[in-house]
Amino acid sequence: MVALVISVVGSALVVVKTKHENRTLVHELEQLRAENARLETEWAQLQLEEATLAHHGRVEQIAREKLRMTEPRDTRIVRAQP
Amino acid sequence: MIESRDHDRAAGAREVAAWRRLVVMAVLAVGAGIVLARAFELQVVQRDFLTAEGNKRALRTVTVPAHRGAIRDRYGEPLALSAPVESLWVIPAELLKAPEYLPALSKLLEFGPGELRRFLSARRDKHFVYLRRHLNPAAAHRVLALKAPGVFAQREYRRYYPAGEVAGHVVGFTNIDGRGQEGMEAALDAPLAGKAGARGVVRDRSGRVVEENGDSEPAVAGRDLALTLDLRLQYIAYRELKVAVTGHRARGGLIVVLDARSGDILAMANQPGYNPNRPEDRDSRGLRNRAVTDLFEPGSTIKPLLVAQALELGKYRPDSVIDTAPGFFKIGALTVRDTHPVGAVNLARVLSRSSNVGAARIGLALGPEAVWSGYQKFGFGEPVASGYPGEATGVFRPHDDWGQIATATASYGYGLSVNALQLVRAYAALANDGLLPSLRLVGGRAAVPPQRAVSVKVARQVRRLMEDVTIGDGTGVEAAVPGYRVAGKTGTVRKHTAGGYFEDRHQSVFIGMVPAENPRLVGLVMIDEPRNKQYYGGQVAGPVFSRVMQSAVRQLQLAPDGTPLTTTAAAPTGPRT
Repeated sequence: MVALVISVVGSALVVVKTKHENRTLVHELEQLRAENARLETEWAQLQLEEATLAHHGRVEQIAREKLRMTEPRDTRIVRAQP
Repeated sequence: MIESRDHDRAAGAREVAAWRRLVVMAVLAVGAGIVLARAFELQVVQRDFLTAEGNKRALRTVTVPAHRGAIRDRYGEPLALSAPVESLWVIPAELLKAPEYLPALSKLLEFGPGELRRFLSARRDKHFVYLRRHLNPAAAHRVLALKAPGVFAQREYRRYYPAGEVAGHVVGFTNIDGRGQEGMEAALDAPLAGKAGARGVVRDRSGRVVEENGDSEPAVAGRDLALTLDLRLQYIAYRELKVAVTGHRARGGLIVVLDARSGDILAMANQPGYNPNRPEDRDSRGLRNRAVTDLFEPGSTIKPLLVAQALELGKYRPDSVIDTAPGFFKIGALTVRDTHPVGAVNLARVLSRSSNVGAARIGLALGPEAVWSGYQKFGFGEPVASGYPGEATGVFRPHDDWGQIATATASYGYGLSVNALQLVRAYAALANDGLLPSLRLVGGRAAVPPQRAVSVKVARQVRRLMEDVTIGDGTGVEAAVPGYRVAGKTGTVRKHTAGGYFEDRHQSVFIGMVPAENPRLVGLVMIDEPRNKQYYGGQVAGPVFSRVMQSAVRQLQLAPDGTPLTTTAAAPTGPRT
């Protein structure tokens, strides 16, 4: 009888503990998901930023206006003899 | 227990009237009975109802949106990307109960004074109203930090198009709910979209997830798709096209650049264009991808195909002479006319001077069936099926309907229509030593094996003949690419309406391939209704072709096959320090 009562109380406590652990882990999981979402956002934004900075129109403008570059249109193209 | 009480009584405890004990016992029994009955009712009778009610309050099924796949070019440069954003939604009644939050909210969300209140009041009885959609995450977090009651955020994905208008027509766009509306976004919607998942969670009063109840279905992210476009060429093509269309005050224009061997579409640009990042730009005027959805009569650009058929059938040889004097001739009601009469000439001159009379004579000598089957072998009347939606297949009537007049006009490209891709494909067959490739816009799709249109010998002969177009007094000298041999053909197509042909509305076309000896690239340039006096294909479309191809051969590092450049430039005109 006594053993039964003790084991009932004991198992009840274990249930409480497990439940608590479960909640803690769920909380952690949620936080990790949020972190994942944040990193995903950052990754997308970085990709966009890279694409914007590397946009050919922008590169061309900088090359022509700032760096004064032109196509090698008037140079002589020499074919290497095999 | 009763025994023990008896024992107490026996021990001389104060005597209590029996009825009082009975009353107390009865009251207790009734109380216990009520409690038990209630417990029974709650636990057994109403159990299902109550569980459901409880779950309704705490259990939530959260949809997990699937990440829409990116669209990239052939080298992995992004053309369309999804980035997470937050959409704010509100329960109007709850927020109206806490009016002290309204001014701060209005300020953050850029509502005018009083506007937010009116907005909420009008939707008072709704339970879900979007306050703002697609806010950037930082702004949404500032709003949520106010902790205004009844305001929530929902994660969504917004589509960004880093290449903007450059690839706008090909890529298309999605609507605000992320479904493809136009272009490849619409054509490939299913694989891009993926599948949204769901998970059941238990939430506490403040909305935090405290437990997951296990029945979750993970979201399946959409696939990333690679197009065959080369963004570098696409950019150059778009830039040159835009300059030309503006410069000639034209109604529009298009460029297609093709890899002659694989049939991959490397660039496909249109004017007028639109920026897919700006929803207000999306009016119907600029949305059409003319290269696929519009038909036009090929005009003079069909002549190389006719010549190919003439050579294939052995009725003509490259040095055959055709008498086109006096520059016009009559077939029934039709007068075929050359703008610049050329007299008796060989096939190369027929092409390089673009003689209608010469073409009509060849066509009539071959007969309707031979002309028809020649075009048919080059894929006329057969859809390109590049994977782009909304293709128009063109008008290509059976040859039984062709009389003398129809045969003659078909010989110089009228009375039948094609879309730009069909025409480029036909030229790709000439470029590809007679094998008609199947065009692709989506990488990784199994390529359909090419079909033979003409023999290797004939394809090479026609290319040789077409080289004369871009040299000497050919109609397409302005399409020449320094250092390379270019085979091509000009076209100046009169536009037609229900009643007949316009005198003053033209489509200026140039189609060519480079390097002519062993072509790698086929390009088509079409400028629609140039209104600045010039309208010949060689004058209007030719220079655009030349500039695009100069950049393209440099980008792709194709070996020059022409005469070495003699054009001065002792010192390179690079940047000086």
